[in-house]
Amino acid sequence: MKYNDIILQTVTKFISFLIFLFAVYIFFNGHQEPGGGFIGGLMTSAVLVLLLLAFDMETVRRALPIDYKLMTAIGLVFAVGTGVGSFFFSVPFLSQTFGYFHFPVLGELELTTTLAFDLGVYLVVIGTAMTIIQTIGEDK
Amino acid sequence: MEIIMSILAGFLFTVGLYLILTKNLIRIIIGSSVLSHGAHLLLLTMAGLKTGAPPLLGLEADTYVDPLPQALILTAIVISFGVTSFILVLGYRTYKVTGAAETDQLRGTDTDE
Amino acid sequence: MFTILHLAIIAPFLAAVLVPLLYKFIPRIHTGWFVLIVPIILFSYFLSYLPEVSGTGSVMKTFEWIPSLGINYIAYVDGLGLLFALLITGIGALVVLYSIYYLDKHKEQLNNFYTYLLLFMGAMLGLTLSDNLIVLYTFWEITSISSFLLISYWYTKEKSRYGALKSLLITVMGGFALLVGFVLIASVTGTYSIRGILEASDQLADSPLFLPAMLLILLGAFTKSAQFPFHIWLPDAMEAPTPVSAYLHSATMVKAGIYLVARMTPLFAVSAYWFWLVTGFGLLTLIWGSLSAIRQTDLKGILAYSTVSQLGMILSMLGAGAAALHYDSIDNNAYTIAVAAAIFHLINHATYKGSLFMMVGIIDHETGTRDIRRLGGLMTLMPISFTIAVIGGFSMAGLPPFNGFLSKEMFFMSMVEITHFPQYSVDSIGILLPIVAWTASIFTFVYCMMLVFRTFTGKLQKEKLPTKPHEAPFGMLLSPLILVALVVFIGFFPNTLVPTIIEPAMASIMPELAQTGSFGVDIYFWHGFSLELFMTIGVVLLGTAIFLALQKWNKMHVIFPENRLFNQAYNRSLEGLDRSSHALMSWHMTGLVRDYFIYIFSFTVVLLLFSLFGTGAFTIDVENMVPVSPYEAILSLVLVGSSLILMFTRSRLKAVISLGALGYTVALFFVLFRAPDLALTQLTIETVSVTLFLLCFYHFPQIFDALKETKFHAVNFVISATVGLTVTLIGLSASGTRLFPAISDYFLENSYKEAGGNNVVNVILVDFRGFDTLLEILVLAIASLGVYSLIKLRLAGGENK
Repeated sequence: MKYNDIILQTVTKFISFLIFLFAVYIFFNGHQEPGGGFIGGLMTSAVLVLLLLAFDMETVRRALPIDYKLMTAIGLVFAVGTGVGSFFFSVPFLSQTFGYFHFPVLGELELTTTLAFDLGVYLVVIGTAMTIIQTIGEDK
Repeated sequence: MEIIMSILAGFLFTVGLYLILTKNLIRIIIGSSVLSHGAHLLLLTMAGLKTGAPPLLGLEADTYVDPLPQALILTAIVISFGVTSFILVLGYRTYKVTGAAETDQLRGTDTDE
Repeated sequence: MFTILHLAIIAPFLAAVLVPLLYKFIPRIHTGWFVLIVPIILFSYFLSYLPEVSGTGSVMKTFEWIPSLGINYIAYVDGLGLLFALLITGIGALVVLYSIYYLDKHKEQLNNFYTYLLLFMGAMLGLTLSDNLIVLYTFWEITSISSFLLISYWYTKEKSRYGALKSLLITVMGGFALLVGFVLIASVTGTYSIRGILEASDQLADSPLFLPAMLLILLGAFTKSAQFPFHIWLPDAMEAPTPVSAYLHSATMVKAGIYLVARMTPLFAVSAYWFWLVTGFGLLTLIWGSLSAIRQTDLKGILAYSTVSQLGMILSMLGAGAAALHYDSIDNNAYTIAVAAAIFHLINHATYKGSLFMMVGIIDHETGTRDIRRLGGLMTLMPISFTIAVIGGFSMAGLPPFNGFLSKEMFFMSMVEITHFPQYSVDSIGILLPIVAWTASIFTFVYCMMLVFRTFTGKLQKEKLPTKPHEAPFGMLLSPLILVALVVFIGFFPNTLVPTIIEPAMASIMPELAQTGSFGVDIYFWHGFSLELFMTIGVVLLGTAIFLALQKWNKMHVIFPENRLFNQAYNRSLEGLDRSSHALMSWHMTGLVRDYFIYIFSFTVVLLLFSLFGTGAFTIDVENMVPVSPYEAILSLVLVGSSLILMFTRSRLKAVISLGALGYTVALFFVLFRAPDLALTQLTIETVSVTLFLLCFYHFPQIFDALKETKFHAVNFVISATVGLTVTLIGLSASGTRLFPAISDYFLENSYKEAGGNNVVNVILVDFRGFDTLLEILVLAIASLGVYSLIKLRLAGGENK
């Protein structure tokens, strides 16, 4: 799987960072504006797919040595973990809460426990999409 | 518009199902994908179209469209992605192992008993 | 409250769990000794109920199982229930004791045997001590299943499996009828409680469902109690180990049908059908069973048919006893004697038939055969067994001074008495009843004599016996000896049973009569020279003559070949069922996924269209519809165009591209319809899945080659177009109607307040319905693992490249 497309590769190097940053933004902002774990995760996967298309499998793997199956598992642990966390406050499984906190540079911010849950979703989505793509891409 | 959307959803169902009923594995996979598009549009239409602003409370509109079907559809989109990719790989693998791309070559009942 | 009574009923089940452990960890001691404790304790426990239940008393204990749904576990002990409970635990204890010597602890799978046996014991107790029909039905089926397991205990034998299956099929078929009958009753009376139903019996009698319910319940009872023509399963059930035959197929399980008939008597006795069906089938079974028994050469075969016959006799007495319920008072009500006789005979039958079965088991065990053509002359070798056989056999034949004589006299008396019953045209054809009863009794006498004398007298044929005969060990003889002791004891002191067991049981069969006074049952030997006595003398004389004639003329079974009619009918229908279901299956299970889809969708369409138009749900509300904008019109055209390409294209690239186009168009629709989250999701996911398709395409273009072959399939198109049309109609009706306020208002209102989020869709996903989302990502993870293992996992032998 060797491409030699200079333009695509050069553009990808720039644009993938932009899309990734946008994906992270969309993920964090999901509670207020359109976005969230699913969309953020899918968008991040799209970046990775773009990288795969522009470069080849081995190159991407060397640059980002991530085990996506592990990522899926970690995501599930996050999601279940927020649910189990509810037990320590003797509220039903998966009860969520939120609060407003003051941060030095960022100012007043809302933090919710759903963010941890959404992070789980985010990781699972990336993990799943990339496991599938990578597995089939590597098949000979 | 509801009429057109209903017809479109029905049309997508027709195409999707027609593809599923063929013997060809790839068509079946594409068909299931089309079918799920039809289902999503149908859900959205049934909930009522454009009855208000998008369900973002920050917009401070008087009415919003129904958020629940949207949550449902979002779930359905992601699940159908999982399912489509799984059966795509299943078909791909089936073809690689058995060399059969048509379902009637894959009948299991002939060798029973 | 969960009481000791409830515990007593489920105790056998609890013990059944322990049996395999005991068998495994304490192999030195025969598992039966541990099991024996259960029925002994239960028997003494139930004995303590005797004073409370005597007269018309009953004990009821309610355990609220699911109080919010009104589901209670009600244990109900009255005279009838207690009689059965004592029978189950008492005979159970003796059978377990006997089995300890009968089954070798080294050769047999004792854990299986005792687990099944305890399962049966618990189910039988539950059946007889329950107030709820559904609970009764459940235990009823458990007895069928445990009987199946016990008959097939020696499952390596072909005949065992055949017999087990036969009994299961017949009794479960009856059980199913029973369930339907119960549901019918409950639908009329509005309750599943037996006492509640008995109180509402007038309501049922006026209902058109009365007769169907009665017939269905009788079908259940007749199959269980092996009544003609369903008796065919019982002889084949004799493949079970002898303790099982003694216990299930003679003393207890087959009497479950009798229990049911007795229980239901107050409900149905007002009907002439009940009277004639129960009495008629009972007598028919009595004579058919006794005739068939004479033809048998296997000792257990004789006992099996004799059991069939005796069960018929008990049933016929219960049927005749129904006449008593036509009178308001107990005085001058001669028909109650039939019910008393039925209960008395039920007890007697358990004692003498149990001892006879055990005696046959001993013979089988010690000589290696049960064929009366090879047996004979065992009297001197096995004197104790001979004594048991004589007492048991003579009691069954109806000879004094044993208990069987007393109940047979009462049987004659009630059959003669019933001819005076002024209703149901008994006065015209009723004379048949005592005649049939008397004739059957002659044959009963004959097979009893065969059982005793062909086995123990005559010439000993040592060369035909597999092993050298000798008397059984004492432990094995103990149980039958206790039983024959009871036979003699009841024979001499029958009236000890009357106030303790018989009259309370009668009170539960005839509850309204019991309120009016005492039944005044008095059982005694000497009636004077009454008709019954002459009938008995006739039986003995004619029976002896026939027996002696048969003795000389040894070819009975050749001249009268066994009637296989009903067995053949059973076998044929089983084969036919097998063949036709196979034909049906191979007709519709084609192995083609396409056909299955067609079934599923045709059914869905029919169902949906029917409910849509059948209920008048189809409406189109044009008023609030949104006008069509140019964007939407264009998008619709793109959608239609790309799907048409998908449908007919032969090019792989076109297929992938138009699938992508379709997905992106749908995403744009989401934008127009104010669903930004959906639009974003759809856009990104479409990108990823198009890549996935392209990857498959890149790696393995051949799989897409098959696309080249495309032929328009009209049938498929019609089916899919119908589905599409249905979907359209549903979409139209649904968007025009709103019957209930949407729950979305709750989400819209509380999204910010409760969850601190403005994006309601996201809040629903991660907060309100977080559990759904959790499971959804689990599904995703499973899908990815599935893909991974499909590609990477190469199981040995799975790869045939």
